[in-house]
Amino acid sequence: MANFGTYQESCPSVKNILLLDSEGKRVAVKYYSDDWPTINAKFSFEKSVFTKTQKTNARTEAEIAMLDSNIIVYKFIQDLHFFVTGGDDENELILVTVLQGFFDAVALLLRSNVDKREALENLDLILLCLDEIVDGGMILETDANVIAGKVASHTMDAGAPLSEQTITQALATAREHLARSLLNFFLEDLLVAFILLFSVMAQGTLVVSAGSIDEL
Amino acid sequence: MAQPLAKKDDDRDDEAEYSPFIGIEKGSVLQEARVFNDPQLDPRRCSQVITKLLYLLNQGESFTKVEATEVFFSVTKLFQSKDLGLRRMVYLIIKELSPSADEVIIVTSSLMKDMNSKTDMYRANAIRVLCRITDGTLLTQIERYLKQAIVDKNHVVASAALVSGVHLLQTNPEIVKRWSNEVQESVQSRAGLVQFHALALLHQIRQNDRLAVSKLVTSLTRGTVRSPLAQCLLIRYTSQVIRESGQNTQTGERPFYNYLDSCLRHKAEMVIFEAARAITELSGVTNQELTPAITVLQLFLNSSKPVLRFAAVRTLNKVAMTHPMAVTNCNIDMESLISDQNRSIATLAITTLLKTGNESSVDRLMKQITNFMSDIADEFKIVVVEAIRSLCLKFPLKYRALMNFLSSILREEGGFEYKKAIVDSIVILIRDIPEAKESGLFHLCEFIEDCEFTYLSTQILHFLGNEGPKTSDPSKYIRYIYNRVILENATVRASAVSTLAKFGALVDSLKPRIFVLLRRCLFDSDDEVRDRATLYLNTIGGDGSVGETDKDVKDFLFGSLDVPLANLETCLKNYEPSEESFDIDSVPKEVKSQPLAEKKAPGKKPAALGALPTGPTSTIDAYEKLLSSIPEFSGFGQLFKSSVPMELTEAETEYSVNVVKHIYDGHVVFQFNCTNTIPEQLLENVCVIMDATEAEEFSEVASKPLRSLPYDSPGQTFVAFEKPVGVPAVGKFSNMLKFIVKEVDPATGETDEDGVEDEYQLEDLEVLPADYILKVGVSNFRNAWESMGPDNERVDEYGLGARESLTEAVNAVINILGMQPCEGTEVVPNNSRSHTCLLAGVFIGNAKVLVRLSFGIDGPKQVAMKLAVRSEDETVSDAIHEIIASG
Repeated sequence: MANFGTYQESCPSVKNILLLDSEGKRVAVKYYSDDWPTINAKFSFEKSVFTKTQKTNARTEAEIAMLDSNIIVYKFIQDLHFFVTGGDDENELILVTVLQGFFDAVALLLRSNVDKREALENLDLILLCLDEIVDGGMILETDANVIAGKVASHTMDAGAPLSEQTITQALATAREHLARSLLNFFLEDLLVAFILLFSVMAQGTLVVSAGSIDEL
Repeated sequence: MAQPLAKKDDDRDDEAEYSPFIGIEKGSVLQEARVFNDPQLDPRRCSQVITKLLYLLNQGESFTKVEATEVFFSVTKLFQSKDLGLRRMVYLIIKELSPSADEVIIVTSSLMKDMNSKTDMYRANAIRVLCRITDGTLLTQIERYLKQAIVDKNHVVASAALVSGVHLLQTNPEIVKRWSNEVQESVQSRAGLVQFHALALLHQIRQNDRLAVSKLVTSLTRGTVRSPLAQCLLIRYTSQVIRESGQNTQTGERPFYNYLDSCLRHKAEMVIFEAARAITELSGVTNQELTPAITVLQLFLNSSKPVLRFAAVRTLNKVAMTHPMAVTNCNIDMESLISDQNRSIATLAITTLLKTGNESSVDRLMKQITNFMSDIADEFKIVVVEAIRSLCLKFPLKYRALMNFLSSILREEGGFEYKKAIVDSIVILIRDIPEAKESGLFHLCEFIEDCEFTYLSTQILHFLGNEGPKTSDPSKYIRYIYNRVILENATVRASAVSTLAKFGALVDSLKPRIFVLLRRCLFDSDDEVRDRATLYLNTIGGDGSVGETDKDVKDFLFGSLDVPLANLETCLKNYEPSEESFDIDSVPKEVKSQPLAEKKAPGKKPAALGALPTGPTSTIDAYEKLLSSIPEFSGFGQLFKSSVPMELTEAETEYSVNVVKHIYDGHVVFQFNCTNTIPEQLLENVCVIMDATEAEEFSEVASKPLRSLPYDSPGQTFVAFEKPVGVPAVGKFSNMLKFIVKEVDPATGETDEDGVEDEYQLEDLEVLPADYILKVGVSNFRNAWESMGPDNERVDEYGLGARESLTEAVNAVINILGMQPCEGTEVVPNNSRSHTCLLAGVFIGNAKVLVRLSFGIDGPKQVAMKLAVRSEDETVSDAIHEIIASG
């Protein structure tokens, strides 16, 4: 990545992809260029990007802004802010294609339930997704279905709880389980009632067969 | 479904802070990472721990070397598991940990196994991981597999190998270059993205081979390119080829233009835009070539997508700098963008309009901008202010409306940078447009009445002191200035005192009243203010007798220090208080920067949002520094001009030499930049023998050979000539490179003792009249022309013979004179029969020259030219005519 600068003039390249929450905190970020060498440089870049775009409405269409001779395209949904940054001579429409690919792939992977909570619970998917879109600044893939397909084909079954849970989370999961078992219970009841009904209707045969089983 | 709602109610307090990673700590996660070492691996649990590690890294947490190594080693154990998902996470964390070379070896065999696995997903990812962490030695081992992967039928695998190749080319070019056959094959791939990646790699492998790139472009522009990304890439390479092949505008047809034009009708917007942008950036693009590109950009202006609107307006903004007329068709669309939600788009639209607008539309535009200014950020406002400043310099007659606008925004809220931009603009307008002076000064006075920035107040007071006394009624400014003495902080008070003194020295009628005011300042609480007041009262002569010291007084008040401030500062810092007082004559007077900087027209700043290009002054500074460090040349005085480097050898020869001509008043120094491109040779005592038989006025005075010139590290040798002072002497020199060549063993770097003398013929070089003229533009040609006066004007007519077009004739004359075209007059509108071109420059001896060229063309392409020259010196005017007469 050290020699990033040598080919960017001819090849479309992405400097970073950011996924921030509604307070500008990181959910997942990935830098591909050396423009921000230190962690503080990265944080302050994220902060200025966030404050600059915060008040805009980028919910229906992707928006665009310039910051320190970088182009940033961005799109928001719920409490998630998606950003893609490129150099100021980059084709804006290529950047927005990358953004849209990322955005739609995340929506597919999170089954349209796109918010910070869901994103953090499936952080592994988000990180794999980033890995499939851009490799060291080079665009790998922009089709959301392909990206999501690659990520989903090798994930564990969804909804697996993390090993260490907070009490709230544990409670929530427990409640979910309870609800599920209650539902199951209800279903079982229904089944039992149905069987009973059935057996009443065909009592004769049942008695006979019961008798023969007893004999065996 | 009702259930999640119920849950939300319960946890409402925690909802805002909710995160599955809450309370996560590096220490405990590292503890957890021990599960990687379990004999019975739990894939799910391992994946979760990796996710947590990645989360920590992503949040900016860093692992120490020991921690990273430990995690890396335990992660390598996870290759035992067959779980797909886990393997994916393992790949990810290995890339993030970026292990050191000695650690890489541990995973190499596992990754190589995966590279040859039957699962495509394993193969693609293992290639990417291995190439990311590998070094050169390992690469030769896996090269065979990578070559296979490039032509793999699975396109994910092929892409992974190609993209890795792009990265590896930076570190191991010689290995990657061996793959070009395979890469060539995959350029023909059916999968769009494979083609894109292959094209990118192939171009980079061949980027130094112009012919190969040109061939690649030729074959692909005829063939089929599938993905839009690959198409964009091809457009970029095509414009590169066009750029390098040089324009043959004479023949009219530009190679590959048709391809770019056809891309404007592509179905993908990114391709259309890329092509449109490429066309606008063609060098010397004609209006005819521009039109289709402008048309598609105009369509984009009305798109519902902000990104498209932004891209289009940004490109048009750039076009407007060079071809304002071509963009005027879009003015109506652009005006509707002023109210765009996205302020970047609105600002770009406004600044474009300000560039393309004509005199009659200024008033209407200003009205629209006034509404717009209130709701944009300062950074955008500055861009608008700068655009308005250049508009005002373009249309001096409109100064009233524009000045009023500037003063009204000056009264509104704003930060320092913004206010400074406005004040600077007003100052420049006052300087360049004499009619604007009175109202401009009045606006500035109003502003300092309520100005919170000390810096701006003092700047304005200083300016007021220089300009105010020369106005028709200086007395009206005194009130504003004295108010500062009463109301402001010490710094501002001190500069107000200086300003008062300047009024006192220049305006006799005000003198008694000024003295009264200055005497009051003697009781100020601040030392500096009291000191200044005392000093001025004595210098201007408090008793009313100015007498013969009048001139001295004015020199003292208005003259500038004849030493550079930076030098003075260092000297004062070094001065130790002693019996001996500080002597200002001891301050060195070498100016570190070029006087050019002052003359640079401030209105010419490109008012784009993008970065400013670095000026040419830096190279001149570098030359000057280099030359003044050579004792032989130190007595030549001030460097007047340095030419651009000119090649004296063909490309790709054994020795590459180019020359830079440094012009002094009475001397010319030739700087030969030499590069030795043969690894087996070391050159010593390199010098250039110059034959001046065809340059009679020149005589060689000094030569500075280059001691040694090793392979691939450029060096310089110099030759200096004397010539008549202040005369634009011309001549032709033939040159021979002379040196002692010694054999070098490239492997060991050892040099043979014995050398052989050798010569190498270089191309001839010429000193031309244009070398004696500096390109220095003026912002308002008409004003400059009027103020120069007709005293030294010389007018004559010339026949230029048959020419291809008017444009060609205009360019030829500009090149001969080497002067700066002003106000965009170097562009000849299509099909016009006559044209006027305005040029400005500085002739050797620092004489300003202005040239007005009127061209006319008749039926059989005979071009006639009327040349009018005005300058500060009639001999210079004559010299210009001589140049043309002999050219």
